[in-house]
Amino acid sequence: MPADLWSQFDAAPLTLTLRVAGVATVLALLLGVALGWVFARTKLPGRGLLEAVCMLPLVLPPTVLGYGILVLMGRRSALGGWLREHFDYTVIFNWHGAVIASTLVALPLVLKGASSAFAQVDRNLEAAARTLRQSRWSSFVRVTLPLAWPGILAGTLLAFARAMGEFGASLMVAGSIPGQTQTASMAIYDAVQAGRDDLALMLALIVSAVSVAILVLSNRFLQRQPS
Amino acid sequence: MKRLLLLVAALPFIASAQQLTVSAAASLTDAFKEIGPRFEATRPGATVRFNFAASGVLLQQIAQGAPVDVFASADQETMNRGAQQKLVATDTRRDFASNTLVLVTPPGGAVKAVRDLAMANVKRIAVGKVASVPVGRYTQQALENAQIWAPLQPKLVFADNVRQVLDYVARGEVEAGFVYRTDAELAKGKVVIAMTVSGHAPVTYPVAVVADSRQAGLAREFVAFLGGAEAQGILAKYGFGKP
Repeated sequence: MPADLWSQFDAAPLTLTLRVAGVATVLALLLGVALGWVFARTKLPGRGLLEAVCMLPLVLPPTVLGYGILVLMGRRSALGGWLREHFDYTVIFNWHGAVIASTLVALPLVLKGASSAFAQVDRNLEAAARTLRQSRWSSFVRVTLPLAWPGILAGTLLAFARAMGEFGASLMVAGSIPGQTQTASMAIYDAVQAGRDDLALMLALIVSAVSVAILVLSNRFLQRQPS
Repeated sequence: MKRLLLLVAALPFIASAQQLTVSAAASLTDAFKEIGPRFEATRPGATVRFNFAASGVLLQQIAQGAPVDVFASADQETMNRGAQQKLVATDTRRDFASNTLVLVTPPGGAVKAVRDLAMANVKRIAVGKVASVPVGRYTQQALENAQIWAPLQPKLVFADNVRQVLDYVARGEVEAGFVYRTDAELAKGKVVIAMTVSGHAPVTYPVAVVADSRQAGLAREFVAFLGGAEAQGILAKYGFGKP
């Protein structure tokens, strides 16, 4: 009964998913562009290893990531204990925990997009900007970023889609609390467990539709990238 | 050569000919892992594999056609649903154990009784998901009877099964949780039993042969074995009561 399903439909998991994925994508974008530039343009010692560590969430089981966050930020950990002691704050069973997990899985996609986009920018154009008395920062903002942005944006859109789909690590850290930490992927999981196939199907279709739209958009930007 | 290949290809089927799949409530994990080999010892050639999860989840798997032979639930309600959907052979159904609902806290916790859960310094309380986890439903009944289920809602963290509730408490991520006494006993030292909870339906464990079982004979034998002295002794050792 679709009418019945609509009347009792709860949009909270969808809005929370957008909020978590949105915040995580902004964080991943800032971190990813900075690190992407470092990896593409500098000869930092241990760069290869650092890059591998940043890319790790792409291939690690989400349970490892979730367990890692629990161990590093749980109440019994040094950091988690300190935050709780001084600020009465914890990321456990808090949607901020889901943001941390989603940021970590989204970061590799922004990072990869940004570092390859930076690598493709013609260094002569930057050098030309420097001869026109532009500072290093100014030439980065006025020349490098505008040339690299389609690649960065494509990576960012992928990162948003990935962050929307985060499940395992978020479930372990933030739990599935309706109205507080229950994202769309968790609501689907709960619905399947409870035998609410109609609700699960509806949420799955919405999430899939949004993801397809994002992937199409991301491909558009990738094709616009200067080669 | 050809015959050998045929034999090798058929080997997995021969080996699984006497394999019994038992889906059992998460709280039964440790006791059943000990009962399994004892049953195998009495039936040469038979192997038992277990699938542990929340009872509601197990029933969903059976409803979706999972190849399960025996279903052991932590409450009557889930088994009733299985009977209504004709997923289990009702003539094989019987109760084989009972349990108690308890309130647990991390060691040194401030919560001593159910009424303490309303205190401001109790931020999070772990309970099983009401829709799929029996211990969550028992908890809901008890707290509704105490008329504190609704006011406590903002503090509740819903877990996938009773062992996850136990883990949340043992890690100190929540101030309290509701589990069975048998689970609390297994985590002695990490959790403390604050009190025995009343005001809910009796916790009894029904078992039945799954209607679509391809090992119905062996499955019936396993159900009978659970009622026998050897299995009952193991269940008692883990703290389960008589049905």
